[in-house]
Amino acid sequence: MKNENLYNYILGIADNSLILGQRMGELCGHGPSLETDIACTNISLDLFGQVRSYFQYASKIAGDGRTEDDIAMLRKERDYKNVLLVEQPNTDFAYTLGRQFLFDVYHLAFLKELQKSTDLTLSVIANKCVKEVSYHERFSSDWVKRLGDGTDESKEKMQTAINDLWTYTDELFHQTEADKTMVAEGIGVDVTKLKDSYYREVSQILEEATLQVPESKYFQKGGKQGIHTEYLGYILAELQYMQRAYPNMEW
Amino acid sequence: MISTEQNIDKRLIAILEQVSDPEIPVLSIMDMGVVRSAVIEDDIVNVEITPTYCGCPAMDVIGDDIKKALKDAGYQSDIDLILHPAWTTDWITPRGRKALEDYGIAAPLDAEADKDVLLNGKRIVKCTNCGSQNTRLVSQFGSTACKAQFQCDDCQEPFDYFKCLK
Repeated sequence: MKNENLYNYILGIADNSLILGQRMGELCGHGPSLETDIACTNISLDLFGQVRSYFQYASKIAGDGRTEDDIAMLRKERDYKNVLLVEQPNTDFAYTLGRQFLFDVYHLAFLKELQKSTDLTLSVIANKCVKEVSYHERFSSDWVKRLGDGTDESKEKMQTAINDLWTYTDELFHQTEADKTMVAEGIGVDVTKLKDSYYREVSQILEEATLQVPESKYFQKGGKQGIHTEYLGYILAELQYMQRAYPNMEW
Repeated sequence: MISTEQNIDKRLIAILEQVSDPEIPVLSIMDMGVVRSAVIEDDIVNVEITPTYCGCPAMDVIGDDIKKALKDAGYQSDIDLILHPAWTTDWITPRGRKALEDYGIAAPLDAEADKDVLLNGKRIVKCTNCGSQNTRLVSQFGSTACKAQFQCDDCQEPFDYFKCLK
């Protein structure tokens, strides 16, 4: 492939939305209330829509007949480059919203920068996505505040979720080889530069939510290299089922 | 620089106005502002449409419906989905806003007021049933990604509010 770095770079961005979208989609019909159920699945739908734009572009770059569906559904676990954060399970509603919140703050900052990409397609996609993700970030941070500053029980659950998920936040700011090349070419976003403002913003919202900002400095990594937690295999089993069971099926 | 202006051949306007949004049937796609260009070249109509939201499931149907409407009028057509310039609720025409309200969906407020109602609980969205502004946000996401759910505390009517997208 002529432009393998760009291809890998796009997949790195899109896989986060794909796996998080799949996780949020699991709540379809299982949300704690009708409104939150609909909200989670709407966020999921937004993310899948964004993924389609990225994969359509990646398919064009690959130029070997690989379709957006092939890229989404026919790779093996090690070929998915999403961060570990987005594959964490829906343990309870606090985990679902905590995961969404910790990703949304990053996602929004990332997309704002990606709008400046010298690659026109990526900048156009980012420009479209940033509007949608602004709503996601409002929704998730609103819930973190509501649950954190809520009852004793909701506070405890929200704090537990944030403490557990915290260990996956540092990876958001790790650079892959594809990242470095794309940053040098003015196409990619230098994620290392987003780190300080990310933790500032997250801490501010956690404080508003009367929650403790975790102090742990021990962080997990690996997703960006395709080394995942035990959860991803199960997500893929569900995500890929139709394409594996009925190869080449189309809507 | 890509233009934000629409470029639609006058001969096609009436045909395209017949096509409605499958999720909001009272609203034509022209009033929705999703058709960005429609030009006739060598007897083929090239149409560019832009999605309201990336994941909007209505886009495929809208594309098919446009093709059919044009075919009925004797035109072959090609439909392209474009993302730039990104759709904004500002492109909904005054006629479109009225159609939304009549249908029971509150039309989008400006960006600042939108933030006030969705984040700060301000009561300014007009109830589509009784016109009262004594309305409250039930959920930031409604029956589709582009809408939020509201309820009127005077007449109790639940209704959708079309979120501002800029």
